[in-house]
Amino acid sequence: MTIGAPVNRIDGQLKVTGAARYAADFAVPNPLYGHLATSTVGLGRITAVEDAEARAVPGVRAIYHHANPLPLAEADAFFGTGGRSQQSWEPFDSPDVRFYGETVALVVAETILAAREAAKLLRFTYEARNPAAMFDAEGATAEELPDKALSAGDIGGAMQAAAAVIDREYDTAPNTHNAMELFATTAHWQGEELTVYVPSQWVEGFQAGLAEEVGIPASQIRVVSPYVGGAFGGKGSLFTWVSLVALAARVQSRPVKLYVTREQGFTTASFRAETRQTFRLGARQDGRFTGFEHRGRELSSRADTYVVNGAEATARMYHAEAVRTGVTCVHADRQTPGFMRAPAETPYFFALESGVDEMARELAMDPVELRRVNDIDAEPVNGVPYTSRSLMECYDAAGEAFGWSDYDPDVGALSEGDELIGWGCATAAYPTQMSPCAVRVHFDVTGKVTVMVASHDLGTGAYTVLAQAAAGALGVPLAAVTVELGDTRLPPGTIAGGSITTASNVTVIEQACASIHQRLGTPPEAMNPEEAFGRFGQNAIEEYAEWIPPAAGEGAGKSLYNGRIRIVGGAEEKYVAFAFGAEFAEVRVNRYTREIRVPRLIGAFAAGRIMNEQTARSQYLGGMVWGLGHALLEKTEVDPRTGAVMNDNISEYLVPVNADIPDIRAILVPETDTKVNPAGIKGIGEIGIVGTAAAIANAVYHATGVRLRKLPIRIEDLLQTS
Amino acid sequence: MRPFSYRRPSSIDEAVATVEPMGIAGQGGAFLAGGTTVIDLMKLHVATPPSLTDLGALGLDDIEEEADGSLRVGARVTMAEAAAHPAFRERAPVLSDALRKAASPQLRNVATLGGNVLQRTRCPYFRDNASPCNKRDPGSGCAAIGGINRLLAVLGTSEHCIANYAGDWANALILFDATVMTMSIEGRRELPIADLHRLPGDTPARETTLSDDELILGFRIPIPGWARRSLYVKARDRESYAFALASAAVALDMAGETVREARLGLGGVATVPWRAREAEDWLAGRQLTEETAVGAGEIAFAAAQGYGHNDFKIPLGRNVVAKGLLDAARLHPTQEAQQ
Repeated sequence: MTIGAPVNRIDGQLKVTGAARYAADFAVPNPLYGHLATSTVGLGRITAVEDAEARAVPGVRAIYHHANPLPLAEADAFFGTGGRSQQSWEPFDSPDVRFYGETVALVVAETILAAREAAKLLRFTYEARNPAAMFDAEGATAEELPDKALSAGDIGGAMQAAAAVIDREYDTAPNTHNAMELFATTAHWQGEELTVYVPSQWVEGFQAGLAEEVGIPASQIRVVSPYVGGAFGGKGSLFTWVSLVALAARVQSRPVKLYVTREQGFTTASFRAETRQTFRLGARQDGRFTGFEHRGRELSSRADTYVVNGAEATARMYHAEAVRTGVTCVHADRQTPGFMRAPAETPYFFALESGVDEMARELAMDPVELRRVNDIDAEPVNGVPYTSRSLMECYDAAGEAFGWSDYDPDVGALSEGDELIGWGCATAAYPTQMSPCAVRVHFDVTGKVTVMVASHDLGTGAYTVLAQAAAGALGVPLAAVTVELGDTRLPPGTIAGGSITTASNVTVIEQACASIHQRLGTPPEAMNPEEAFGRFGQNAIEEYAEWIPPAAGEGAGKSLYNGRIRIVGGAEEKYVAFAFGAEFAEVRVNRYTREIRVPRLIGAFAAGRIMNEQTARSQYLGGMVWGLGHALLEKTEVDPRTGAVMNDNISEYLVPVNADIPDIRAILVPETDTKVNPAGIKGIGEIGIVGTAAAIANAVYHATGVRLRKLPIRIEDLLQTS
Repeated sequence: MRPFSYRRPSSIDEAVATVEPMGIAGQGGAFLAGGTTVIDLMKLHVATPPSLTDLGALGLDDIEEEADGSLRVGARVTMAEAAAHPAFRERAPVLSDALRKAASPQLRNVATLGGNVLQRTRCPYFRDNASPCNKRDPGSGCAAIGGINRLLAVLGTSEHCIANYAGDWANALILFDATVMTMSIEGRRELPIADLHRLPGDTPARETTLSDDELILGFRIPIPGWARRSLYVKARDRESYAFALASAAVALDMAGETVREARLGLGGVATVPWRAREAEDWLAGRQLTEETAVGAGEIAFAAAQGYGHNDFKIPLGRNVVAKGLLDAARLHPTQEAQQ
């Protein structure tokens, strides 16, 4: 049986040998090359463009900007209001500059070097104003979002009934995507047919967005993204430059290839915005929580309301007699934020799980036991039951592997020599989400199977687990299965975001395979293709199947073909579905330098049926590594005076290196969930990151006695207070 | 990258004769060795040399021991070669330690020592090619003061510039009164390494005392026997591949618990490779204890000035000095030498 087996990725060899083709690798005939120019003021208007010097660079074909724009069509672009683009406005729509580093020109030239050189030589004159780029800046405006608030029970009474109350503010920093694969786009017209190669988590959304912005029917657009070199949400909404490249290629009558530099990726794509959260928790002497209040302030652009509102999840983690949540969007002169791995949970669980740890200290309870006391079967907002919840099984498994039974809560109790040592733990959780999707499965007399679905392998192992699903369901060897992904010519597979791919696609693949068995009259355990097709009287069979999650409601099926998202799951009316985990960290802080290192990180996760133990473990580990970076390293440094990002490179925007991760382990806790979806699968792509930062912050407190309520935690935070 | 011409002279004399005047602020000609700084800055348009003079055919890539025990090190020896050389590892571990901790293996394999001591600052306002920066665009101002300056200097700064010297090896080199051997149209000369870098003062664009056509040929490094007791402490945000928040190059001559002589170089905190001579003098003749180690750190940073985000470098630097001294005192130099 191949389901669950830790088989190697079927695309592994292609990737390590360089044979896998990423968006920028596709060869097109006689291309031109594009390069972006970005603004060097944080707010204002362009009053003049001097391009003589840039035009003089040999090979320059065109320079597009607000005074020489490309014919973009009006579109309801912003994904937050039902569109597909990362922001609501189109580039070059006016001389206005809305933030530092905004795209202000596209240069098209015969070589990439000429395009780059010319872009550097463009001279923009600005009428600049002082941007309000930060939370506290004068001119930043707060927008309350009461529709997103939750309220249950008598919060005042619940807090009054508490023996202990924690009331804190927690802050998280802006973070920027730095996937290995840089952003790139190639557009190639053949007559009226447009093919776009672009790293994407959502080829159908990109196709639909392009259709509106370029002004041609979606049926004439093919978006191709078979391999993606790291996405994590950063490639989930249509980049502003994709339609520009497509239109430039049309005007120039030649394919155009654009590479976006590492520095430009910091401002021309989306990012994880900073948050400020207030967190109030009441508990009785026995640890049972009474009142739970969690409110977030999140930064967004001036034009777009984008919030992640993670309190929707944190409010459902533990027992509470009363719940209040709220979220405020603070509009500032910055680019519109967007998805980044566990967008809502990563910042909000830092507050939740730090706060629970603070409560454990307050009550002098073991932090694991405090979570056990507040473990629940139904969430406290509407009393809706969980489909399954293995949180404490995760704590027990990870705690045992970590050696938590030796935990001594006294600050500094574990320290040795020049090292202050601390232990901490935290809950991770991520809503199980699903989406309508479709698949076509082709099966022939030689036993070969082809699975066709416009889903995406972001480096996650989707090619492999979807092949395992088909092989298992049809009863054929894994090697007989070919999976085709990342192409709008395939049946719609929906967005690869919110950890939905495996749960949704395996469900529809198993459905298609069941239909094949039915039509062939074969039981899965005894598949003999020659015999089966002999009886069937035909040498191949092809089955198209759709799956619409019941909670998706009336008309959800249409979303398959109109490029709209319809994601369901998490907290629904009849059930609440989450994957759970527990993460434990050991930190060591040097007594002199206050350098913070994490020699051990252990997580245990339960997420229903696991399709491939190896790729699942890799997802968990990758999430935890990023969580460590989120806790200790990552911060997009914005100069409040200009709104400019001052560490727009990977020398100064730090992520963990191998030496930072000496011992990291992920434990797969078995869990069977028959209610969550027909496949019994919960998403695993995002949960790994969710608990790490709080586990590390809690361990830092245990080591040093310093409670740090903002991320990242840095050397200076432990020096100024020592 | 702006168009430039490329030359590859076959002799030192030819190199010095053909290099275009280097000038200041990256506008003039430039020598090309490993290229890890100059090419990077050219891509950013921060440096726009009309020509590059490639040193690839000039040799200058040996490490030799002189009769008096000094080491002569060619300017084109790579960081990796020098870090692995037994003469450094055994006789002055701080010199190999500082190189090993300086950069990724990929960079250490191509970057040369001559270029390394001239490594330009990582100040983001210097590199962004847009902000006011007196080092890049003399007279335009300093955006780092009042800006994001967490990584920048607290020692040797001026109201015109707080850019830090980003390298590591020179902080160790200055411990040993090493000299820099150079050649220019005027002929050869040898200058103390401590005289190579200039404080920013009111001319931050002028970073060294080298003349417009002066080429570093190599270094002469006298190494006292007691330099075996030496090391490089580098405090940074992550375990590897990061610039120093504060670093200390330490060499100790001990008589039992007492310091006969201490040498102390600081990195990550100053505008130039920084010798902490007052702290060295204060330590001489004292017992090395936690208290005196921290005391030396206090003295080393007595004149430091923070600019907001980098205020922490003052207590951090003090502690790094203390750690360096205490760790060095604990070394057993004979064993170290065998490793």
